[in-house]
Amino acid sequence: MSEILLEVRELKKHFPIKGGFFRRTVGWLKAVDGVSFQLRAGRTLGLVGESGCGKSTLGRAILRLHEPTAGQVILDGVDITALDHQALVAQRRNMQIIFQDPYASLSPRRTILQTLLEPLETHGIGDDASRRALIQELLDIVGLRPHVLHRYPHEFSGGQRQRIGIARALTLNPKFIVADEAVSALDVSVQSQVLNLIARLQREKHISFLFISHDLAVVQHISDDVGVMYLGQLVEMTSAEKLYREPKHPYTQALLSAIPVPDPRKRAKRIILEGDVPSPLNPPQGCHFHPRCPQAKDICRQAMPEQVNLGDAEDPHLIRCHLYT
Amino acid sequence: MSAVEPLISVRNLRIEFNTERGVVRAIDDVSFDILPGETLGVVGESGCGKSVTSLAILGLIPSPPGRIVSGSIRLQGRELVGLPEAEYRKVRGREISMIFQEPMTALNPVFTVGSQMVDVLVRHKQLTRRQARQVAIDMLAKVGIPSPEKRIDEYPHQLSGGMRQRVMIAMALSCGPKLLLADEPTTALDVTTQAQVMEEIVQLQEEFGTAVVLVTHDLGVVAETCQRAVVMYCGKVIEEAEIETLFHHPKHPYTRGLMDSIPRIRDEKKAELPTIPGTVPDLLHLPKGCRFVDRCFQAQERCCQGEPALERQADGSQVACFFPLEAGA
Repeated sequence: MSEILLEVRELKKHFPIKGGFFRRTVGWLKAVDGVSFQLRAGRTLGLVGESGCGKSTLGRAILRLHEPTAGQVILDGVDITALDHQALVAQRRNMQIIFQDPYASLSPRRTILQTLLEPLETHGIGDDASRRALIQELLDIVGLRPHVLHRYPHEFSGGQRQRIGIARALTLNPKFIVADEAVSALDVSVQSQVLNLIARLQREKHISFLFISHDLAVVQHISDDVGVMYLGQLVEMTSAEKLYREPKHPYTQALLSAIPVPDPRKRAKRIILEGDVPSPLNPPQGCHFHPRCPQAKDICRQAMPEQVNLGDAEDPHLIRCHLYT
Repeated sequence: MSAVEPLISVRNLRIEFNTERGVVRAIDDVSFDILPGETLGVVGESGCGKSVTSLAILGLIPSPPGRIVSGSIRLQGRELVGLPEAEYRKVRGREISMIFQEPMTALNPVFTVGSQMVDVLVRHKQLTRRQARQVAIDMLAKVGIPSPEKRIDEYPHQLSGGMRQRVMIAMALSCGPKLLLADEPTTALDVTTQAQVMEEIVQLQEEFGTAVVLVTHDLGVVAETCQRAVVMYCGKVIEEAEIETLFHHPKHPYTRGLMDSIPRIRDEKKAELPTIPGTVPDLLHLPKGCRFVDRCFQAQERCCQGEPALERQADGSQVACFFPLEAGA
């Protein structure tokens, strides 16, 4: 087993809700509420959940793109949450992000060359010649031809833009990349190309990924471990193989059964959940999932279950559910 | 196909759009039938013309810049192409209705759900507003909206995404149309909500005997709900088959590529995903010959020279390829 690269301890991100005449804080939206897990070097952790469950906020809070409210993030022995601004900027070399919409995340006024040079200049890496050589190499890795360097983002298709986004994330040779819905906007034939690229990078460059997606089939394909979020909390996390073969949390079970199977001979037996995801502004008492849970007991309405590890330290199976405590 | 009279029959449809860069032929010689009561899937990637096809059936191609150059769309034998707008309005909503991907843009935010539903019913069914309100409440109950007599007086923004899509379905089916066009109806929804909404569509379809055209890029949804599907690529139908045949024995290399490149949930672990090389070509710069030729693993001389026509195969499916894939190949 490789060493632990990223450790997240009791991470919280609460957004204030402003209201009333003086725009006072009238409540808190607990987008991420006490998430703890570990990620080993060179592995990919998939993070799934429905819209509003806090998966993107968690990804951003880890990188301190959102300032966490509480908790710790330790990347390669460095406590990210304790760094001052300057030290944080320096640490960003090690942690990068790929966004869903590569069009919105690339500056329309800069050529691809300018976009790719910027991180190298900011961090003062190499001289002009070595930077250009590195960029050529990156383009080659992500499968773009060198002549694209002097073009602008609007001249590219979605799949090509996403490759540029990936090349940019790679410029600083990071140890950890958050991929936030990185393939969700792409058509299937292009999506598979980009997924293969990410898988290859992970193998060859030994980068750890936090792969956030609502597409459970894509996550299973790309991930070593998978975490499931519901209303700001991690409700289950274990190896991809175990999670998809024998999901333990009733929410994971329902979520997996809801995926349409692209095979007309296998129609899935479905656990249809009642109702919608409740508002995170006003989550239910006790276990957040109990109003929709087919197996809810009395205790689920009263107390929030603690996160327990059903596996061991080497092969964890984290779960937050009263059925297993 | 069998002797069943098609509900809709589209023949040799060509649609062009004027753009700044030139005339784009978005739909090129498309023909297919929709049978009464069936669920037909229309699949393909962005820009393949699947949404334009459904807009054309509804007579909603924005003109200019778009226009139907040639071809016909018949509803039970009656020609819809060229129908005057006043006549088309009687078809839309009553005989053919539509639900869209984003229900928030299809619902009017300044009127309550109820008043929008009542308007449709009063217009097409000649009911009084009071009768229409009762019908609307019944429909909302049918699509699984809890306490519909209260929800009916709410505004669209007060409902969740899944609820709004249910309201759209209730509204679309309230006049008992023969055909429901559903353009990516669940794409904006989460999987658990998607499962609920698809369940409602299938149940109502059985109850009312409505034919459904499901336009989507999600092959999983197609496999689960459709009996037959049409695959489109760059404005052309390239394959049409019964759903089992399509998924287990695709004959067009593009269909096969699509099927292979979707990640599936399965036990054995990750080989590389098979991919289709290259990207969908620009409709203004299509390759010569077959439009899939640059990306096809088995392209030959002949494929660069002429464009293959859609041809009926022994098992009843249709494929536009000079070298259709054999079973088990």
